[in-house]
Amino acid sequence: MAGVTLDTVRKVYAGNVEAVKGVSLGIEDGSFCVLVGPSGCGKSTLLRMIAGLETISGGTVKIGDRVVNQIEPADRDIAMVFQNYALYPHMSVYDNMAYGLKNRGTPKDEIEKRVKEAARILAIESFLERKPRALSGGQRQRVAMGRAIVRKPQVFLFDEPLSNLDAKLRVQMRVEIKRLQRALGVTSIYVTHDQVEAMTLSDKLVVMSGGQIEQVGTPSDVYRRPETRFVATFIGSPPMNILPGKVEGPGRVSVGGQMIQVTDMRDGLAPGSAIEVGLRPEDVQAGTGAGFSALTMDVDFVEELGATQLFHGKVAGAEFVVQASTGQIPADTRSLTLSIDPSNVHLFDPQTTKRLGRV
Amino acid sequence: MVESRRYRNIVAYLVLLVGVVIVAFPVYLAILASTFDAATIINGNMPLIPGDQADENYYRTIFVGASSSTREPVGTMMLNSFIMAMGIAVGKILISILSAFAVVYFRFPLRMTAFWVIFITLMLPVEVRIYPTYKIVADLGLLDTYTGLILPLIASATGTLLFRQFFMTIPDELLEASKIDGAGAFRFFKDTLIPLSITTMAALFVIQFIYGWNQYLWPLLITTKSSMQTIVIGIKKMITTQDALTEWQIAMTTAVLAMVPPVLVVIFMQRLFVKGLVETEK
Repeated sequence: MAGVTLDTVRKVYAGNVEAVKGVSLGIEDGSFCVLVGPSGCGKSTLLRMIAGLETISGGTVKIGDRVVNQIEPADRDIAMVFQNYALYPHMSVYDNMAYGLKNRGTPKDEIEKRVKEAARILAIESFLERKPRALSGGQRQRVAMGRAIVRKPQVFLFDEPLSNLDAKLRVQMRVEIKRLQRALGVTSIYVTHDQVEAMTLSDKLVVMSGGQIEQVGTPSDVYRRPETRFVATFIGSPPMNILPGKVEGPGRVSVGGQMIQVTDMRDGLAPGSAIEVGLRPEDVQAGTGAGFSALTMDVDFVEELGATQLFHGKVAGAEFVVQASTGQIPADTRSLTLSIDPSNVHLFDPQTTKRLGRV
Repeated sequence: MVESRRYRNIVAYLVLLVGVVIVAFPVYLAILASTFDAATIINGNMPLIPGDQADENYYRTIFVGASSSTREPVGTMMLNSFIMAMGIAVGKILISILSAFAVVYFRFPLRMTAFWVIFITLMLPVEVRIYPTYKIVADLGLLDTYTGLILPLIASATGTLLFRQFFMTIPDELLEASKIDGAGAFRFFKDTLIPLSITTMAALFVIQFIYGWNQYLWPLLITTKSSMQTIVIGIKKMITTQDALTEWQIAMTTAVLAMVPPVLVVIFMQRLFVKGLVETEK
């Protein structure tokens, strides 16, 4: 078992396109690390550099204590699960799982033992003799994971492994991956653009954008204290509302002339300067409360989600969404008074987009 | 609706039937002619039902040869043709799959140049480069040899292109998965590319076998000994005789025999195609 350490890792493609711009990251042994970000943010490239499928333009990648920059993928002691599974179509499920071991000269009875064991864990024993094309998407996914497990690698790499599955199966496989990783205790790095997958799977969540890391932390850290406006609007669904505001004084900002109390606010901000006020749709309540600030909202329309309703409208001229339990607010409401808990307000610098919380 | 569909079916079948008759009748005539003696064919009133000379004709053709034109029995010619066609088909598959593998999976200097040079040879079939090719083959002392018959016809781009196009459709992840599974370039080729290419190989084999079998100009040029004659040349020589009557029954028997191997190849390989297709359907 081993951790993975990245030190200012860079990837420059031909034509001077910098896909990964100096990423440093430590992934502890046995932890589940998820790289999340929009497409083109460099997360897959980073994963492929760790796998050895892309050359590393700068910096070092360490698996355990070993720098692996110049080591072939096969010798890095990693296993990878691909988005399209990349199963060998002409081999049976058994041979697919055994192939990597065969190439390493593992004795036949040992291969059989390990494949049977993995098949048992993944509940695919009954179709070991079938070809991949005779399997459903979920079953192929299991085989791809089986192929990774039998190798007993130091690190599992997952490249958007659930994107090709339907929504229901995705939820089911997500739980299984998490359970499996817990049981095996193997360091895992998982790339996804789905923030729900990212939140639920990770011990360590890495949000990336434009080839750089925006924030690293536990899922709840990242959710509760987003370090940049990008992270604030990327993590959480529906995304955080951002309102243009003004600094009024210590612990106080205003939006369209309405005062808002803020718990987490940096000291020494000049009164009158512009600031961005972030509020999660699920953190605002209808009505008024003691110690809470109030905002008025014009409602345009309501989206029904079953258990909850989304109220779309405008606050101080900016788009705003409120999430409320169904029935809490009458659906024909045209104007809402919202109460804001001071501890739920996030402030960002309009120029640098960095969080302006307490240091 | 039902009426008009039936009507359309009848028309469709009629058209198909006419097509089949046009294609099949000459073949039937050749088979017919191989069952009569020379006199019956030459008097111009050949019946449309088979005669009784089949055993005699086929025996003479295969083991004895035509008396007036060439002494070579057709058995030898068929063997020559078979060796040539097999050599071309197998040789071409080997060369094409290897060069396509190199062009698609390796990054080497002048890779695209190499590909285009191979591609350009498509525009230069044997007939166009026949003089220089003959010169080279003659200088190498390969006249009247199987090598001389086979080698110049192997060099062309069709197979390379076919395999290249097929390799491009294989997802990159398969190569990457192989890399992670510890398979080097050769193992990837042997364990993954070749098994996946079987149906492509079968297709190329059929095309090239028939191409090789039907070669006329090239064998005509470089074979002088009658023991090296191919069957296509043999038929031609049987028909144009100097001083004697053409033994049409022997020529026709030879023609029928010449048809057999390509037909067998198509029938046998078609089963491979179907197998490949059925497996993808599953």
